[in-house]
Amino acid sequence: MSNIASNVSMPSTEASADNKATDHAVGNRSDHVVEVRRLSKSFDEVEVLRDIDLEVSSGDVVTILGSSGSGKSTLLRCINWLEKPDRGTIHISGQRIGIDENSRKPMSQKALAKMRAKTAMVFQSFNLWPHLTVLNNVTEAPIHVQGKKREEAEALALSFLEKVGMAHKRDAYPFTLSGGQKQRVAIARALAMQPEVILFDEPTSALDPELVGEVLGVIKSLSAEGYTMVIVTHEMDFARAVSDQVVFLEKGLLIEKADPETFFTQPKTDRVKRFLEKQH
Amino acid sequence: MTNWDIVWDSRDLLWQGFLNTLSLFSVAIALAFLLGCLIVYRLEDPKTRWRLPLRSFIDIMRMLPFLVLVYLLYYGLPSAGIRLEAWWAGLIGLTFYHGAYFAEILRGCRVTLSNGQIEAAYAHGFTPSRMFIRLILPQLMIQARPLIGNQLVYALKDTAFLFIITVKDLTWAANSISATYFVPTEAFVAVIGFYWLISLVMEMAIRYAGRFGHKRGFDHV
Repeated sequence: MSNIASNVSMPSTEASADNKATDHAVGNRSDHVVEVRRLSKSFDEVEVLRDIDLEVSSGDVVTILGSSGSGKSTLLRCINWLEKPDRGTIHISGQRIGIDENSRKPMSQKALAKMRAKTAMVFQSFNLWPHLTVLNNVTEAPIHVQGKKREEAEALALSFLEKVGMAHKRDAYPFTLSGGQKQRVAIARALAMQPEVILFDEPTSALDPELVGEVLGVIKSLSAEGYTMVIVTHEMDFARAVSDQVVFLEKGLLIEKADPETFFTQPKTDRVKRFLEKQH
Repeated sequence: MTNWDIVWDSRDLLWQGFLNTLSLFSVAIALAFLLGCLIVYRLEDPKTRWRLPLRSFIDIMRMLPFLVLVYLLYYGLPSAGIRLEAWWAGLIGLTFYHGAYFAEILRGCRVTLSNGQIEAAYAHGFTPSRMFIRLILPQLMIQARPLIGNQLVYALKDTAFLFIITVKDLTWAANSISATYFVPTEAFVAVIGFYWLISLVMEMAIRYAGRFGHKRGFDHV
């Protein structure tokens, strides 16, 4: 399953123009579900991401680690264009997101929505739709975005609710659920899109400690089934157990990228060494 | 023959007035609500060029007394070469006036919706318009239901002004019975009964909608 990309976060030697970065990657594009090239992003004057390169192969789990404010959530949110990067390119299964390849202008809302539907996201604060039942939260996008028939979408939704252990709550409304249950429904909602990659933005950070396990358990089982996932997390043991690749962000720079064994036992940089020491 | 008998004999007139009030009111609030939704949808886009005109429209309507607006439409517009029938002037007045209020009510509730669920919708491939219809609007309606109910009652009562511009509504009927036979008390009490009936039905509808919200945990409004 592991397929560690060789080109680490060093800015590529090519010129910074977007089209060059695009051309560069054409050769192995098909292997990568997500390909981020020379991504930079500033909020006001503060640069939160600088020249990030990241590639995620099909079936891989990539975790993004780093201290608070290192830019890891922003990186994740750029992948589905919830944040608009200032520079760089992002491709999902070979197709560029956010910018129309022909006109070089921002994509139409419709085209962007279509690209986003190839991905799904699980948020820190769950973000279920409160006026819909558990089942309808999961069927909403398949029916109204993907145009699936209701019966088909419900059968699919139930199978995913089953997988996360929430099928018995199909008719409950979100406000009656615990945080862990809400997050498991949110995971089922993401799975129901049958996305090419699932993005997890600190999925356990808003949970009571005793509820963290049930959510991590579900994500672990998904990794065993070969789902492609990018996970921002603070759970080190989990990251070590579940990842095919770990990347570490520090002040907007991707300073380390390695398989979990190497990352946790022989970190290359002092910064990561200190980070890991503080975790225990 | 008592005064009440006189009113009873004029029941056709009252019934006509009732039907006129009801039809004008129903069409107007449906259009006003639609207008309110459209304005709020337009304001969803933070960079829209519509922001200033729409905000100004809402503010002007809220500052204007309804009767003045109706006077302008019915007596003022002819000087600009636009002559409206009383019924149409009434409909347009009610629609724009209460449309602005509906927009303000919905916009107020929109601010309280969490941004997270909006992001979740985008992340799952919703376009802005589809998201508004499927996810935002239903929640706004659930959350704003007491305010919407209030506004409906105001709109109903505002229809009574329209008799001044010769719309043959309930109040017109009562006024005409009262003027013909000099039975003001009975005529107007009868009309109150009709207004009360419409209000009662709306009240029940809003309460029913309340159960809908309660089931979903929307009780913090």
